[in-house]
Amino acid sequence: MDKTTVLSKKPLFLGLLFLLFILFAFLPLYGSVYSVILVTAIFMHIVLTVSWVIFSGPTGYISLASAAFFGVGIYTSAILGKTFPLPIVICFGALTSFCLALFVGALTLRLRGIYFSMFTFGLVLLIQQLLLWYEVNITHTRGRFVIVINNATIYYVMFAILAATILTAYFISRSKYGLALQSIGEDEEASAHTGINVTVLKTIIFAVSALFAGAAGAIMATRWTYIDPFIAFNPLFSFMPVLMAIFGGMGQFYGSIIGAVIFAYLQEMLITRFPYYYMLIFGIILVVVILYLPGGLVGLLQKWRKGDLAEKHANT
Amino acid sequence: MLEVSNIDVFYGKIQALWGVSLRVDQEEIVALIGANGAGKTTLLNTIGGSLRPASGNVMFLGKKIAGLALPAIVESGIAHIPEGGKPFPDMSVRENLEMGAYPYRAWTRKEETLKQVYHIFPRLRERERQLARTLSGGEKQMLAMGRGLMSKPRLCLFDEPSYGLAPIILLELFRVIKSLREQGLTVFLIEQNVRHSLEIADRAYVMENGRITSEGKSKELLQNDHIKKAYLGL
Repeated sequence: MDKTTVLSKKPLFLGLLFLLFILFAFLPLYGSVYSVILVTAIFMHIVLTVSWVIFSGPTGYISLASAAFFGVGIYTSAILGKTFPLPIVICFGALTSFCLALFVGALTLRLRGIYFSMFTFGLVLLIQQLLLWYEVNITHTRGRFVIVINNATIYYVMFAILAATILTAYFISRSKYGLALQSIGEDEEASAHTGINVTVLKTIIFAVSALFAGAAGAIMATRWTYIDPFIAFNPLFSFMPVLMAIFGGMGQFYGSIIGAVIFAYLQEMLITRFPYYYMLIFGIILVVVILYLPGGLVGLLQKWRKGDLAEKHANT
Repeated sequence: MLEVSNIDVFYGKIQALWGVSLRVDQEEIVALIGANGAGKTTLLNTIGGSLRPASGNVMFLGKKIAGLALPAIVESGIAHIPEGGKPFPDMSVRENLEMGAYPYRAWTRKEETLKQVYHIFPRLRERERQLARTLSGGEKQMLAMGRGLMSKPRLCLFDEPSYGLAPIILLELFRVIKSLREQGLTVFLIEQNVRHSLEIADRAYVMENGRITSEGKSKELLQNDHIKKAYLGL
């Protein structure tokens, strides 16, 4: 019985995915400027959240370094944007973040729990302050202007990064390395006994997840046109992915995507409708989710579905 | 096959093992017995790669493995089944077993090995989709043994397989350990349950205070007066 339901659901799911793809692929042609910008912002949040989940979801290492990787992408773009074409700038942004994560990961992934979280958050502030010092004392400016690019291009680049992020996350979670990451999250010592090179695997996956945050930063910089260390290394970009993943539910791969979409949209709505209370309302929603939906939105869905199944079984 | 020669192991400044030497031959079952705190687990962890000896050497299949990193040791064909099994609690039984096949040479053949493991432990097949945390103590130990076998090892290191198990399950597990030899495996186990381990082992070593104090054929050790008095309560 299980098999037939799975079989009949798969084409439906793929069809839905295809429909969504078409819908978003042509959005700049029929949508308003506002909708293109809004969807770009939502895409950015999905990229940050999913890339965070690639590493932190299975391993349980709560990284707060997203803003650092995102910011490095932004600055790479601001510095190189005037001399190189866009694709190269994006690749450079991604690679710089990758290298930073490789270095930081090798140094800090021996730390566990709260120490790891604190260090990664410290990294964001460290880079922010270092850059500020550099800009004020060496270049004698504070911010930088970034070359402007039209909204549709930004949209398509972000769309491509999003697709790459989701595909990578999907393939990692399906591979033996996905299982290995999960086992590291469960019992690091026992997973070493099964022959997993724990430190190397953690560091590489951490770096891979930074790749996408860096790429997203590199393209978002062109949308903001002006950046300074406080805009680029805003700690909010460290917390948002964590909150969105919790909101959506980390147990399932698609949970983080759903969480990011709803959260990002909510944020956008609240900022425009209630500019003064938006943080307050945001906070309340979050508290409610953590208190009453420990498994996130996906957890709630699964609970309903399970209840459904249980009823069916009771009837037969 | 496995040759430990004259190793000293320290925890910080405290010496835990003093010039330990032993040998395990191909398709042999060798037991290391001793009381709590004698250094049995320390020795197993040193062979398995989680500890490094300060001096001395460990050879496996003619190659030096002392000081190698854990993954390299697993890759060379040693499966270490830790005390209490340590399965991954929130992963299913099947996922736990698949994780055991992580080493490169095991991963390509994992479906085939899985069939063999299910043949040895039919109970695990029944529980395939269950989370490991829901298993009983004996099933957890079976799962840990199965996970070890999934890596296609040449040598299995068992750390206290009888730990906290009911006598009837214990007998079943020991029968399985004994049968591993027929599949070409070599077994080195450490145990506090002296009688049962001496019954299945060919040879045994006795460890006291970090030193090997006697060795010999299991049957002879069972007759040894000191062993009878100290470990069998006769």
